[in-house]
Amino acid sequence: MQHSNIFDYKKYRYFKWAVVVILIAFAGYLLFEPAVGHYGGSWLGYGLGTLSALMVLWMAWYGIRKRRYRSSGSTQGWLSAHIYLGTAMTVIVTLHSGFHFGINIHTLAYGLLLIVVVSGFFGNYAYMIYPRLMTENMGEDNLDGLLLRIAETDKLARQIALLMPDDINNAVARACRETYIGISLMEQLRGFRADCPSALAVQQLTVLGNNVVAEQRKLYRDLYSIMVRRESLVRRVRQDLMYRARLGFWLYFHVPFTVALLVAMLAHIVAVFLYW
Amino acid sequence: MPEHFNIIIIGAGPSGLSAAIRASEQKVSYLLLEAEAAPASTIRNYQRGKLVMSEPRGLPIRSPLPFTASLRETVLETWERTIVDFQVNVRYEAKVVSLKRGKKWLEITLADGSKLTAEHVVLAIGVQGNLRKLNIPGGDLPQIQYQLDDPQAYQNETIVVIGGGDSGVENALALTGRNQVIILNRAEDFSNCKDSNLSQLTEARKNGALDWLLETRPQSIEGNAKGEFPITVFANTPNGIERIPCHRVIARLGALPPRPVLEAFGVAFPTPDLEALPLLSSRYESNVPCLYIIGSLAGYPLIKQGINQGYEVIEYILGNPVEPADTALLREKFANFCTDRGVDDVLEKIRKSVPLLAMLNTLQLRELVLESNLLLSQPGEYIFKRNDYSTTFYFVVEGELDVLIDDDNVTDDTLKSGDFFGEMALVSGRRRPGTVRATTPCVLIETPRRVMQKLIGSVPSMRRMLNEVAIKTVVQICIGLSLSEQDLNDLADNATLKSYAAGEELFHEGDEADGLYLIQSGSVTVSRMIGGREVVLFYVAAGKYVGEMSLVSGEPRYATVRAAIATEAVLIDAGRMSDIIARNPEIRSELDARYLQHLQDQEKLQQQEASSDSSSISGNQSTPSNLISFLIQQGVGEATDVLLIDESLCVRCNHCEQACADTHGGATRLDRDAGPIFANIRVPTSCRHCEHPHCMKDCPPDAIHRAPHGEVYIDDSCIGCGNCQQNCPYDVIQMAVIQDQPERSLWQMLLGVQPKALPTIDGAKVAVKCDMCKDIKDGPVCVRACPVGAALRVNPEELLSYAGGKSAEAALLGSGEE
Ligand SMILES: Cc1cc2nc3c(=O)[nH]c(=O)nc-3n(C[C@H](O)[C@H](O)[C@H](O)COP(=O)(O)OP(=O)(O)OC[C@H]3O[C@@H](n4cnc5c(N)ncnc54)[C@H](O)[C@@H]3O)c2cc1C
Ligand code: HEM
Ligand code: SF4
Ligand code: SF4
Repeated sequence: MQHSNIFDYKKYRYFKWAVVVILIAFAGYLLFEPAVGHYGGSWLGYGLGTLSALMVLWMAWYGIRKRRYRSSGSTQGWLSAHIYLGTAMTVIVTLHSGFHFGINIHTLAYGLLLIVVVSGFFGNYAYMIYPRLMTENMGEDNLDGLLLRIAETDKLARQIALLMPDDINNAVARACRETYIGISLMEQLRGFRADCPSALAVQQLTVLGNNVVAEQRKLYRDLYSIMVRRESLVRRVRQDLMYRARLGFWLYFHVPFTVALLVAMLAHIVAVFLYW
Repeated sequence: MPEHFNIIIIGAGPSGLSAAIRASEQKVSYLLLEAEAAPASTIRNYQRGKLVMSEPRGLPIRSPLPFTASLRETVLETWERTIVDFQVNVRYEAKVVSLKRGKKWLEITLADGSKLTAEHVVLAIGVQGNLRKLNIPGGDLPQIQYQLDDPQAYQNETIVVIGGGDSGVENALALTGRNQVIILNRAEDFSNCKDSNLSQLTEARKNGALDWLLETRPQSIEGNAKGEFPITVFANTPNGIERIPCHRVIARLGALPPRPVLEAFGVAFPTPDLEALPLLSSRYESNVPCLYIIGSLAGYPLIKQGINQGYEVIEYILGNPVEPADTALLREKFANFCTDRGVDDVLEKIRKSVPLLAMLNTLQLRELVLESNLLLSQPGEYIFKRNDYSTTFYFVVEGELDVLIDDDNVTDDTLKSGDFFGEMALVSGRRRPGTVRATTPCVLIETPRRVMQKLIGSVPSMRRMLNEVAIKTVVQICIGLSLSEQDLNDLADNATLKSYAAGEELFHEGDEADGLYLIQSGSVTVSRMIGGREVVLFYVAAGKYVGEMSLVSGEPRYATVRAAIATEAVLIDAGRMSDIIARNPEIRSELDARYLQHLQDQEKLQQQEASSDSSSISGNQSTPSNLISFLIQQGVGEATDVLLIDESLCVRCNHCEQACADTHGGATRLDRDAGPIFANIRVPTSCRHCEHPHCMKDCPPDAIHRAPHGEVYIDDSCIGCGNCQQNCPYDVIQMAVIQDQPERSLWQMLLGVQPKALPTIDGAKVAVKCDMCKDIKDGPVCVRACPVGAALRVNPEELLSYAGGKSAEAALLGSGEE
């Protein structure tokens, strides 16, 4: 049986490659120092620069590759390489710059690259921890199923509540009407709502229970347990949306900044050749 | 004096209609009897708007009854028009309840008591018509129905569904949401249902979407003169009679198998097998003289076949020689072989050269050849290789072949004209144990397992012979080749073949040892009581044996062995086995070695189980035995390849499903987020490529096949009947419209635009399921599209036979490279 994750893919093949690439780059950097010091325009600088530019293109190509389902080979291998070689490339780009930073298009491109890379690291972290937590939260259920169940408990709770005193009915109706789940990105990332009407309704119901007349006690207990169940469903859905958001939100940096990086890199190259 | 006819045709389905129309053309005195108020009730009961397909494609239609692939409605309309045009002499609502051979004629009694006589009777009542009806007072009220064509047609009604089988439950579920549904089930639970139905049912009840009454039978139904509810059901529950006012009753009580009906008519069957087909002559005549049987009742499951037989049977009755319609197909089959002779001569030649085929009658032989492949192979050509998955059986008509059992390229056996091979296909559905290669030019008949199975059910002599061979093969495979021919025959003669249902015990811990069990098909689990609960120690697949422990030690059974799925085992009794062991030191030492190995493994496992018991934190412990039990529950025991999702890696990106849909006509064949989970391993809803695929069981056009590497796939002759969907216990088949997906260009991908859909070709829904990407070069796209490697395909044999060392999760996820 073959099973490995993106890090130990093919016994750390791309990790080894990355190490080799970094070592070679460093060796070059140390061995061939131009008289004027390191800079992008030396032949070593050109070499490293060309290599990095190609690698950036190749990194960006991953976004296309992973959607080309008819291509051969495995996407997992690509991602493993993407991560290791992407990291190695960052080192190479840094060496390529010769540590000459300033307020110019070149440093802008470098900065964008760093944003892409850092967001990539965050993505890695997210991929490592959230899947397990998501399974713990959801078990064998799925989001659609839970939402359906909430809708169904809503219906049931409202029906029962109609038979109860007004204050209880109002609390339930309000919970069913006003509970909304994760609208804004921030809310999704946070994963809970302090003033969640569903939680509130359960609290209110606990208090209001004292006023229920004897004949309605059984009904009240039913309603109460339905509302408790409903609240935990709502909580699980929020939690799931939170994990989903956290698994995905870094891509809002990774991808747009990739596009920005490509543009900046083009400008950087054009600038170097025109004004050098 | 009863009315008399020359020919009475019973059943106005396609077969009966075709016969009646031919009879009408031939101007004989005839009568067509139909139980329902309209013709072709089976086709009428298809869902609305279904495309009725006309398979097998090459078969010409020779009857005046028109039939081409078209919508259900069109087919019915055309036939109704044809009935009028030919002025067919038909009597509706004339259900035949008895039929017997009188002194002179065949005598028929109808449900209303009227009697008829005929010189010839053609029985074409199909296999669907015998829906069990509610036999209670009020059971004939108009609000009671036995089918549910269109669940959308009912809104805001209270509906009572009677019957706790899958069809009842599925109907009930389809009606929930818009209606109040109550199921009456006479059993104490729904254990006869598929798991998926069961879980949906429980869910629906928890949400108050439906309700059920168990151990409850309807007692009577009364119409209500006024009030909201037109009828009231009186149900006998464990707590007394309950009144249920409702709008409608849907009774799904199952169908009566046709066999008892036929037996009551005096028709004989060759074996007690319920599946066996009636004995028929090559002119469709049964053992009751002048009683003819055609159509699906005679074992021909498609409309076209039935229509042709309707025509032929009338010609036979009138004494006109006709060439059966399938002769053209046979001629085509024989095109490269024996072109100089007529089809009948070639069939005769085949029968003469292969003794096993001489056991068949002409009709059966034609059927077998039609459904088989005629192979002409050249010297050196491989018929199949070792470890290919086996699904077909071969007869050697001409030529010689070599059998190579191990890798040494030395011939272990030869086959010649009249022999047969490939019996593993019939036995276990596992891999071929050897390679077969032609040494001279050969003529072979390659027959699908399904066809052989049907014949084995109907031809006792064939069954006996194949059983003997199968036992010998199993002994050879399990115990090895070292036995002498004489010992082998001796063992085979005295072995007994035993069948077990899933979950049944072969033997129990502490029993006296009765012998050695060779697992012929299916698989078993070996378990012991540890700390008060039954712990599964091993999983043993077909081709291995169990029970050697006690045989070697002489002590009582050390563990309980239980069938994981339906299993067949060959039992060699203890006495004979000791005798063999005494004379074969090789076998002795092998058994001894296995005995010691088992002892070691068990010791290790018990340690693990015990330690996990004491450190019990959650119920979801991933000890090997728990994982094995879980996977077996999920059908992995009968799988040959399962898709698993490692939920601790899966980032829920759904690329697996998208990749599948993109490469498979837009319909994904897996449902990633449905399916049970254990220790972070999910078994998603996706085909397990079962050893003996349940889905293949009842496919009218025989569209489901198994490729040599084990892939179970559906070809484009699927008629969309939905049988396979019903038969698959894992719910992995869906009905969908397949539509080739355009490939997205780079620009479309970059800009995120959807490409223009290719023009729709054919809107018919067909059955779709995973084909393991057998036509895609690098293998399953779901696995390859997963960026994080969470989707994996595993071979359960390796997975389950694992025992010892690491934790089960580690074993499953162990990063062993190939
Ligand atoms: C869902 C589904 C989809 C299918 N799709 C296709 C398809 O697309 N293409 C295809 O080729 N095949 C299809 N089939 C198979 C096809 O329906 C049958 O092969 C065909 O109907 C058999 O014809 P028949 O005349 O032998 O029997 P039937 O069509 O079953 O006709 C038997 C008739 O006899 C009547 N009858 C029964 N008992 C009595 C009695 N005691 N007295 C009087 N009358 C009686 C019945 O009411 C019925 O009208 C499908 C089957 C199913 C279940
Ligand atoms: C120049 C550098 C990089 C570029 C241009 C780049 C570009 C991309 C692009 C285009 C995607 C596809 C996003 C999508 O469509 O879903 C992607 C995905 C990803 N990248 Fe990068 N990336 C770079 C560096 C890195 C680095 C250094 C890491 C990690 C340390 C990283 C980690 C990831 C991860 C985890 C994914 C998600 C994989 C998936 O879900 O398919 N990236 N990157
Ligand atoms: S479709 Fe169902 S029955 Fe058929 S092979 Fe797959 S899992 Fe088994
Ligand atoms: S492709 Fe992999 S990570 Fe994405 S949903 Fe499927 S199994 Fe999970």
